[in-house]
Amino acid sequence: MTGIRNVSTPPPTHLLHAVLDATAEAVLLCDDQGTILLANAAAHRLLPGLLTIREITDDPDSFDRELHGRPLRGRRQPVDDAHDVWTVHDCTDETARLAAIAEERERTAFLVEASRRLSASLHRGRCVRTTVELAAAHLADAAVVVLPPARHRVEWVRAVTGSRFETGVMKERDAESVPGLSEALAGFPPVPSRWLDQTQVPASLLPAGFGEIGALLVTPLPGNGVPAGALILARRAPGAFAESEELQARIFAARAGGAISAAVLYQDQVETTAILQADLLPPDLPHIDGLELAGAYRPAKDAARIGGDFYDAYPRTPSLSPSGTDAETMVVLGDVVGKGPKAAVLAGKVRQTLRALRLLEGRPEPLLRVLNQALMDPRDRTRFVTMVLASMVRDGDGWRVTAASGGHPPPLILRARGGVEAVPARGTLIGVTGPIRVETATVRLGPGDLLLLYSDGLFEARGGVGGRDAYGEDRLADSLASCRDMPAAAVVERLEQLVSDWINGAGHDDIAMLAVRVPPRISENGYHPASFRRAR
Amino acid sequence: MTATTPLRHGVDEQYLELIGAGDEWGATDLVLTLWENGADPEQLLLGLIAPAQVRVGELWAANEWSVAREHGATATSERAIAALVARAAPRPTLGRITVACTDGEWHALPPRLLGEVLRLRGWRVDFLGANVPGPHLVTHLHQTGPDVVALSCALPTRLPRAHATLTACQAVGVPVLAGGRGFGADGRHARLLGADGWAATATDAADILDSGWNPPARAPHDDLAHLADEEYTQLVRQRHGIISGVLDRLRDAYPPMRAYDARQADATAEDVTHIVDFLAAALYVDDATVFTDFLTWTAAVLAARGVPASALTVCLDLLSTDLRDFPRAGELLKSGLAELATGISPGQDITRPER
Repeated sequence: MTGIRNVSTPPPTHLLHAVLDATAEAVLLCDDQGTILLANAAAHRLLPGLLTIREITDDPDSFDRELHGRPLRGRRQPVDDAHDVWTVHDCTDETARLAAIAEERERTAFLVEASRRLSASLHRGRCVRTTVELAAAHLADAAVVVLPPARHRVEWVRAVTGSRFETGVMKERDAESVPGLSEALAGFPPVPSRWLDQTQVPASLLPAGFGEIGALLVTPLPGNGVPAGALILARRAPGAFAESEELQARIFAARAGGAISAAVLYQDQVETTAILQADLLPPDLPHIDGLELAGAYRPAKDAARIGGDFYDAYPRTPSLSPSGTDAETMVVLGDVVGKGPKAAVLAGKVRQTLRALRLLEGRPEPLLRVLNQALMDPRDRTRFVTMVLASMVRDGDGWRVTAASGGHPPPLILRARGGVEAVPARGTLIGVTGPIRVETATVRLGPGDLLLLYSDGLFEARGGVGGRDAYGEDRLADSLASCRDMPAAAVVERLEQLVSDWINGAGHDDIAMLAVRVPPRISENGYHPASFRRAR
Repeated sequence: MTATTPLRHGVDEQYLELIGAGDEWGATDLVLTLWENGADPEQLLLGLIAPAQVRVGELWAANEWSVAREHGATATSERAIAALVARAAPRPTLGRITVACTDGEWHALPPRLLGEVLRLRGWRVDFLGANVPGPHLVTHLHQTGPDVVALSCALPTRLPRAHATLTACQAVGVPVLAGGRGFGADGRHARLLGADGWAATATDAADILDSGWNPPARAPHDDLAHLADEEYTQLVRQRHGIISGVLDRLRDAYPPMRAYDARQADATAEDVTHIVDFLAAALYVDDATVFTDFLTWTAAVLAARGVPASALTVCLDLLSTDLRDFPRAGELLKSGLAELATGISPGQDITRPER
């Protein structure tokens, strides 16, 4: 084994000095009072003119302090009873390295946080707001996002560190006067901040109390082909943004731009979907004189809001048919095979077809037959529907109801005096075979009576104590019986609530209900609920 | 809140009578007349209609009003509210707020009142109503980008679902202001579940929002370390079996039940379900009062309907046997039994509409 041999005779003093001078660390030999007896070259350089170690530390063993602009770390090593050696290390490089690492870490943490928050929302306004909030908190004293111009106006959203965010609109002309903004909005590469003249910035860009702008950075927010906007960062301290800060702003802008343009894409699609969906959602029920109407709809898929169940109500309409009979008041509730958007589209078609057909044929039974023909499609045998149609004609203080069923569960009547009856209307499914069987039933609704149309999702809902029990027709009739004297809206809501509690969060089929109630003449306390507003 | 003219003496009884009769026109007429004569609309909502609805709940609990009358009254109040706000609300100038009930939560009137108060104060409000499924709410947030979601939960049993909804809203970057009795009278469940804020009343909530409330974005967190024992998870997983088991043995343990008809049997099943669900909720938020408060209230409601508290005690005993391996649930059942043992005095406060 090789190694450093101990030298028996010490080398001459000038050689020892040379050895000490060759080390980068400062080395000081002190007596027990701290007086410096010997110092190497590094010590003269780091601690010029020092006579005693006590000048720079009270601590007998070590110190960490800055001296002449350098971070120094000193350690004492005792030699004998009367002498100590102090070594002093210049930590400048280490400190700078650590600072750079910390800065890098902070930057990464900021970008991770920014990505997390920016990717959270699909709403453009939210993304823009998050962008300015993040930028004002981490990148500058104030941040403004300027959105692409529309109709010669530009919307802006800004945040100043530590205060609320604000929104506003300015003329496109004013936006053009912001140095570098037009270029950024057109998606050009960012103009380095040192070329920007902050005195040209219009006063309206930043809030009144912001003070003078020391530095400005304008960066495009890259989007899908077209820019999603531009990000303006402003700082009070004079001097340009450092290159690393500019880089960070650019990385941030890329993420923000991506998030904002994804949101724009989503909003566009939502708008399109909303237009297409409008006709597939349960309709606002019309006001029909002498009737209370209430509907409820709970599609199987919670997010979609549309499904294969449908209902509608049509007020009495003057005749269009050659025979001259008016289209009577009519209510309908049906259930198209399947679930989700596909079923909803067919349900929408059925509703539209009915809306038109009833103007020519108001009697429920022939109407169902015509509808059956209209829906029959030899190329597609999967388009079928069950439904109940009821035409309603005023009859004294009540209504005469003629109901026809195409393979649908029978409507129920809750009588004002109590008790629930099923309306004996039966028939076959609509849209499958040429000839269909339809049995109509005629019933009378008196004051306070309520007719309930519903889909099978209501009584087939599974839950209860065992978790798998169907709600059942008996329980439905029983629940309805407990709703005596309730307004139609309250009945529908109570049934919906009972079934929802029964299901207890588990999955279910589409559920639809339509309640039609003849307002009661006199309520139990002697008020007339349908009376006109009393004169004042 | 603005200074208001006090309402004429007796107006509250008059209003209660009108909604009790389901007199939509009368109730609307009364409210609009008061407004036209200078009453502050917010005062009408919170000082007249809301207290009347609290009375409705009390009258039902005391078995003085039927379920039908209770629901009819609520529907009538809703019409009156709609008519008032349609006339009195200004054009929205402030931000946008989504108001919703938790999934499975049907007590829509208190959040509805909050929504209308905000509308009166100039906010743009989307009121999504009762029983809002989480996915529907989140879709709505993506589409409309509101400043805040005001989330209501009246029943502690909906807290686990409220928790999921809360987290989902925060995950899409929208802060949640929680409200409703389910979050605890002092909002402690709201804090536990990580809501960004909590308000005790509609006025408080509106004041918080008016003050420019803008909570910092929350990082995901987890204060529900007690759930690590999996008692909640197991109880919910075995829920149906536990309820059926108790019901099966209840007939032997509580003889009057043998004479029950189908409707009474359904009502009993519902009561047992509630006991198990409140027990689960108490486990979820690790708070015994969630369970004991419910028991006290139920005992009083049952007493008003001639059912002795011993029926409840029997249920709790049966559950204790079933849940032998659940130490935390066992403690809850023990404190429930102790609470019931103190007895329900006549005239016990049954005013809290907590079911």
